[in-house]
Amino acid sequence: MTAAATTTGSPADGALAVAAIVLSLLVAVWALVAALRHRPPDRMQFIGLAVLELLLLGLALVTAVALAGGERPGEPGSFFGYLVTLVCLPPLAAVLARMEPTRWGSAIVCAVCLVTPVVVVRLQQTWEVLGG
Amino acid sequence: MAEPRTARPRTNAGPGRLLIAVYLLFAIAATSRAALQIATRFDEAPLAYLLSALAAVVYIVAAVGLARAGHAGRRVALACCTLELVGVVGVGAFSLARPDLFPDETVWSGFGSGYGYIPLVLPILGLAWLWHTSRRTQGAPS
Repeated sequence: MTAAATTTGSPADGALAVAAIVLSLLVAVWALVAALRHRPPDRMQFIGLAVLELLLLGLALVTAVALAGGERPGEPGSFFGYLVTLVCLPPLAAVLARMEPTRWGSAIVCAVCLVTPVVVVRLQQTWEVLGG
Repeated sequence: MAEPRTARPRTNAGPGRLLIAVYLLFAIAATSRAALQIATRFDEAPLAYLLSALAAVVYIVAAVGLARAGHAGRRVALACCTLELVGVVGVGAFSLARPDLFPDETVWSGFGSGYGYIPLVLPILGLAWLWHTSRRTQGAPS
């Protein structure tokens, strides 16, 4: 419970978000190694993407609860844009990776998993504009 | 490697698919950004927001062109990548020289610095990929 958490913290800013960022980066590294070793996307990558998607859906759910509780994001338009984009990213990676069962499929998973943490951070920033 | 050669150069397999994926991501990013900017505060920076919209359209059309992989798709992708390169270099230079014209950021401002300079690298990769695939098909013995 740091200073940031004493004021009603952003719902996009909790353990779920941290877990999503860490997992996403882990999957990105795993997929990068696979791509460098000329390996197509393996089961671990798809499981990683599935768990990541669950975390992101959990994040969306937490946000929905906060919204129902009367909290509002600082930039609603951007916030919901990022949120919708965010939950679409892992499925997009999975579909494209299935279409491309070569090392480049792994490269796609790596690329999308590098973008996901950025979107999570942007999501947090667009919530906090008013709160700061 | 040993896949059968078709008459048409395939731009939508292998590295091309990765390129299409990145183009898709930028299409999403630029489209949502432009839509939001134009819908909420168009009069603040009309030029910047119209350029955002143009960038969005170019990314979408480039992704479709690469994915279609035929001769027409190739030509469309070539035009889009060229336009993108001109756009990112031009807008990048302009946004540094005349910041007053760009009170708000676009995807292409500062040579795409807000997006890790990927907007600058992407059209170059696209052109290289188009060149590579066309060379490979022309040079391949049938």
